[in-house]
Amino acid sequence: MTDFLTILLYIQIGLSTVCLYRIIRGPTIPDRMVGIDIFGILVVGICAIISIQTEKSFILDIGIAWIILSFIGTITLAKYLSGKKLNE
Amino acid sequence: MVAILFICIGVLFNAFGCIGLIRLPDVYNRLQSATKCVTLGCCSILLGVIIHFGISDAGFKALVAIPVLFFSSTVAAHALIRGSYHFGTKLSDKTVKDDYKEVVK
Repeated sequence: MTDFLTILLYIQIGLSTVCLYRIIRGPTIPDRMVGIDIFGILVVGICAIISIQTEKSFILDIGIAWIILSFIGTITLAKYLSGKKLNE
Repeated sequence: MVAILFICIGVLFNAFGCIGLIRLPDVYNRLQSATKCVTLGCCSILLGVIIHFGISDAGFKALVAIPVLFFSSTVAAHALIRGSYHFGTKLSDKTVKDDYKEVVK
């Protein structure tokens, strides 16, 4: 059971490297932002699988904090893209 | 064992989302594929964590993480796609209809 979870963890890490491909290669600026957004969501899955493997609960805190920071970053970049100030 | 099943379903949805992120031709198509599949996949993984840990501190942390992930990722995707349209990103050549252009101008 633990070996199977390790395989799933490696698959999840491989999917996040796929997002790194989109961040590096992306033709336009919004493509790179989409890659960053999706990478932030995939890291939560990685944290959840590691928390099952190690039986420790503080790794889920890292996941929740990563969600919120990724949300703030994406909202800021979207405001920058649409050419508005941050208080509009 | 049920927890492993839910985690398998989640990783499978994540794989579909990342295939869409690579293969689709346009930033709008990429975002709508990747956001939906990856959000559902990570919610399924966290559901597996809840089932594995039961009623404990880790289970409640995962239970808090599911709504936070769901609402924040969808709102961020909406704001991002709206900003990229106002930025002037070109649509794909195969696009047949663009209703939002008449609303903006």
